[in-house]
Amino acid sequence: MTDPAINAPSGTLDLLRPSWTLKLRFFLSENVLFVAGVAVFLAVVFAAIFAPWISPYDPSKINFAHKLWAPGAEHLMGTDALGRDIFSRVVHGARTSLIIGATVLTLSMAIGIPIGLVAGYFGGRLDSFLMRIADVFLAFPPLLLPIAITAMLGAGLFNAMLALAVSWFPWYARIIRSSVIGIRQELYISAAQSMGVGHIRIMLRHALPNSWTPVIVQASMDFGYTILAAASLSFIGIGAKPPTVEWGLMVALSRSKFLDYWWTAACPGLAIFLTVLAVNLIGDGVRDILDPRGRSSR
Amino acid sequence: MTRYVAQRVAMLGVILFGVMTVTFMLSRILPSSPVEVMLGHRPTPEQVEAAKKLLGLDRPLHEQFVAYLGDIATGNFGESLLTGRPVVSDIADRATATFELTTLAVLLVIFVGVPLGVLSAVNRNSVVDHATRTFSIAGVALPVFLIGMLLQMLFYGSLNWFPLQSRIDSEVLLDFPFEKHTGFYLLDTVLDGNWVALQSAALHLALPVLTLAIASLAVVTRITRNLMIEVLGQDYIRTARAYGVPERVINFRYALKATLVPMLTVIGLTYGFMLGGSVVVEFVFDWPGLGGYVVGAITKNDYPAVMGVTVFLATMYLTINLVIDLLYFAVDPRLRYK
Repeated sequence: MTDPAINAPSGTLDLLRPSWTLKLRFFLSENVLFVAGVAVFLAVVFAAIFAPWISPYDPSKINFAHKLWAPGAEHLMGTDALGRDIFSRVVHGARTSLIIGATVLTLSMAIGIPIGLVAGYFGGRLDSFLMRIADVFLAFPPLLLPIAITAMLGAGLFNAMLALAVSWFPWYARIIRSSVIGIRQELYISAAQSMGVGHIRIMLRHALPNSWTPVIVQASMDFGYTILAAASLSFIGIGAKPPTVEWGLMVALSRSKFLDYWWTAACPGLAIFLTVLAVNLIGDGVRDILDPRGRSSR
Repeated sequence: MTRYVAQRVAMLGVILFGVMTVTFMLSRILPSSPVEVMLGHRPTPEQVEAAKKLLGLDRPLHEQFVAYLGDIATGNFGESLLTGRPVVSDIADRATATFELTTLAVLLVIFVGVPLGVLSAVNRNSVVDHATRTFSIAGVALPVFLIGMLLQMLFYGSLNWFPLQSRIDSEVLLDFPFEKHTGFYLLDTVLDGNWVALQSAALHLALPVLTLAIASLAVVTRITRNLMIEVLGQDYIRTARAYGVPERVINFRYALKATLVPMLTVIGLTYGFMLGGSVVVEFVFDWPGLGGYVVGAITKNDYPAVMGVTVFLATMYLTINLVIDLLYFAVDPRLRYK
């Protein structure tokens, strides 16, 4: 009965247990793309927060003497048709895009989660009714409904964000609903019910916290889509308006001259690409960590 | 099966009703009133009253809604405030341009994306697989308009292989006119044996189709790969292999067939995604379809046009998805007996 592990001095056991640096190193080597995504995303966040200090010029300062300069030492990414420094504008655009992504996701969750929670918790007719409403919003080709809503509310960044949220909420309603249905029969819910806890309190204190994970996964996957969609709305002229500095709008403004001055379109466009790419890589990683079952889908 | 189909069609009716409710509500909450658009600045109160009467805006809301449903049922989407023509005629003139674009893009996605996904799954962790996966991650992160403009810069600006925009050379259209039998230029020119126009139409289609397809190509490739990997791990594949069935037959006849049902779903979603994406693509390539029409209508507050196209495209999307749901029966015989 002399197990060496039991008799061994405690120091040996510690040696067998991987140190946190080793664990971290293993995690990083297994998730190279995730780490790359985080790195790029942190850079974008950094740019967004410290935009006024990073950018060498005022992003809205018109300077016809420097009109359409190619990228070079003085202007890292060149200048646009009004002589504005594109690098400074790209840096400031990071702020707009991140705010858009966060706002749209928050709004669609604010609409979708209560609906899904109620539908899943109560079930029955209320559930069918609410889910049919959600289905109606999913019956429009994506991007078309936000376009129609923005058209009706009037062009503008806030209306575009609102429109995107209204078109996107059914996904959150569906996710939280199916996850609530999964836990509705759990003992702790029945226990709370039998103790006379109110429905609203049960939903908020018991159902929501236990069905929350898939929402986080979905949100991390959707963040990039939101940025892309908002940029598209700005691009076709119904999203952000000048003087707001927004990447999609910058590409739109470059349209008349981009064939001869590639950097006016390519720099803001690639900024969108890199940000969305980083966000998507993070989303994939978050899904793998929180929901290992869904690893092969999508 | 008949019962399922009946239910499915009834469901389509319910959703369509919902779609019209949404578009109706949208067209009545707008801050920029259609009356203003019609009359311009500072109309007299009498003009406003007359215009409201003309548009039916003086009646109670529920009456307006019933009238709206009746109008749509009879194919009356109102008149475009901009062109002054019935919205239906505008849609009819432009719909084929959009469908030629989206259909070709869907075909491209199916005939390139699916084989690429299979290839990637069969040769896991090979160079092809890594390239495909990189493409499928990058493809969904590229903004559609950037793809379009980069293609324009490369293939028009630098190489001059393809035209910049529009659907056909206007000179070709003048010198080599052709009958618009179907509205699909590729078909029409072939039917007329008009090879010059065919070439021009095909060249004009190339870049917009590619632009519209890339994001979906990335998604479909990735999904095909994942589905195939799952199927290839099944017992019956191993059995087939043990019997010495050729790899090509295993991959494309045995395995790919098993992925068809989920694949159909994805292709339906892809079509819808493209109907939405075509708005941006048509804007970039100045394509004379519904997307360009909508963008023009939005900037001019032409709300009947916007709502008409929205209802039309939503109906198309729902119909396509219905057809796909019915195709499940053709593809998977097991479903027919449930």
